[in-house]
Order: sequence, then structure tokens, then C-alpha cells
Amino acid sequence: MKYIKYILAGILFGIVMVKAETISWFRIYEMFQFDAFHMYGIIGSTVVIGIIGTYLLKKNKVKNIYGEPIEFAPKNFSVARYLIGGIIFGLGWALVGACPGPMFVLLGTGFLPILIVIFGALVGTFLYGALKSRLPH
Amino acid sequence: MINFLLEPWPWYVAGPIISIVMFLLIYFGGSFGMSSNLRTMCSIGGAGKFVDFFKIDWKSQLWNLAFVLGSIIGGFIAYKFMTPDVSIQLSEATISKLSELGFTNPGSQYLPEEIFGMEQITSISGLAILLIGGILVGFGTRYAGGCTSGHAISGLSNLQLPSLIAVVGFFIGGLLMVHIIFPFIY
Repeated sequence: MKYIKYILAGILFGIVMVKAETISWFRIYEMFQFDAFHMYGIIGSTVVIGIIGTYLLKKNKVKNIYGEPIEFAPKNFSVARYLIGGIIFGLGWALVGACPGPMFVLLGTGFLPILIVIFGALVGTFLYGALKSRLPH
Repeated sequence: MINFLLEPWPWYVAGPIISIVMFLLIYFGGSFGMSSNLRTMCSIGGAGKFVDFFKIDWKSQLWNLAFVLGSIIGGFIAYKFMTPDVSIQLSEATISKLSELGFTNPGSQYLPEEIFGMEQITSISGLAILLIGGILVGFGTRYAGGCTSGHAISGLSNLQLPSLIAVVGFFIGGLLMVHIIFPFIY
């Protein structure tokens, strides 16, 4: 039963991804062409509200639904890891027009060829795990 | 209200809802990061037998898989019942660029036939594009430690410099693909 709330949050996420067309390959292409404000408006407004909300959660020491303090773990600093990893991700994102969230939302809409992309993403994740110790971090 | 539910949602509606989703997950004791699920799925599939990176307590990640399940259901609901018109109102500039690349009727549906159509997924080159794209996303996101949700949204909301570097990387990669590599593929 405790998982129902996560499923409901996921349903809201899936609906907004479809309704704002962020799962469309075309919207990602358009974003990387700087031809429309749509995607920038979505990410930008999410981040602005996110910054304010995160600040308020920290400032007021808000506890989560289980009564535990909400913690925001800082990320370890590195340039190589985030830049190289980010570039590889960006190449794939633009090629198939889907990042890990929209991939699953697209599955729900019934575009079954996205299963090939999801399979590829699992293979890529596995390859990273296998090669991790040899990569600059 | 009904009209609003059936029409495409503008950015100023979508953005705040996505931030609500992020805060709901934080309030529920989790965090907003979709790509972690790929690692969890590898672990459940037995990848831990071969690679230590996947020896994790995946049961502690089930809440995130529940979120994935919800997003699949949400996608189904929104596409089947809330999207009577599946065309995308792309900008004129994008339509003309894609037409030049040889795409027919850009934006007439969510995904282009030229990449996701039957003819493509049954050809070696078409299959390779989807598979390679997926591998790049999976590999890159784990290497960078997050994707659009984990870095661009959660990380930037927490003013994390590493996330900003990752997002700059996302854009370098995306711009390279669309402007330099696409003309060789299409």
C-alpha cells in the first residue's frame, strides 16, 4: 500500500509529460535548434520554483511524510565525470529524442519501438557499471 | 476545464506541475531522478552477478520503480483520453529544417516515422540508431550521475555546481548531434 503514493505521483508526471509534449522527439529537436521557447520555459520554470521550494524546505527544516528530516545530499565535485558523461547523454538524448523519464511515458502511450531505446539504455547502464573503474571520474 | 484538459499544456502550466512532482517525491522520502531506475532494473535482472556496481539493495529502490509504473499509466491515460489531436504545433523554422532533412509532415504526430516507423525498426540502420541512442543515454546518464530530472531539475534546484556542469554537457552533446551529426545521418 505504501507504494500507491509514488504510483500516483508517477501518473501526474506521465500526464504532464504527454500534455506538454515533452515526450515528443520533435520538441527535443526544436529545443536544440533554439527555435522555440517551449522546452526552456518548462525546464526554467520548474527550476525557478524548485530553487525557491528547496530553499524553503531547508530553511524551515521540513520533515517528510515519515517524520524524518529531508536531506539534500551534495554531489561530489568533478569536472570530467559530469562533462564527459553529460556530453554522451546529450548525444543520445538528441538522437532518440527521449531521456529516461519520457522513455517510460512513451511506452505507456503505446509507441512500442521505444522498447528498443529502453533496452539500449539498460545496456548502456550495464556497460558503465562494467567500465566504471577505467573511466576518469 | 474540459477544454483545458484536452488541449496541449503551455510551459507555464507544465513547469510548476513538474516541480510539484519533484516536491511530492521529496516529501514521500525519495527524490526526483529517473535514471537510477535503469541501474535498479539491471540489478533486478541479475547484473550484480557480473559487476559489483549492480550489487545494491534494489528493494530500497522499489518506490522509484512504483513511480516509473505510474508514469507509464499516466502516459497511457493522457495519450488515450486527453489527446484528441496528436499533432505538435512546431515552430515554422523547425518544420522547414526537418523538411530539408527529408522528414515528411514534421509534427503531425508525437514521434517521426523516419526514426520510429515500422520500416525503420525492421532495418539494420534504423535499429542501430535507436539502440545506439539508448546506449548513449544509459551510459552517459550513469557516468554523469543523473539525467534531466536528477541534474537539470533536482540538482539545479539545489544549486549544485556539478549539475550545472552536467547540464552544459547535455547541451554540448545535443547541439553536436543535431547540428553536426544529423546532416550525416539524414
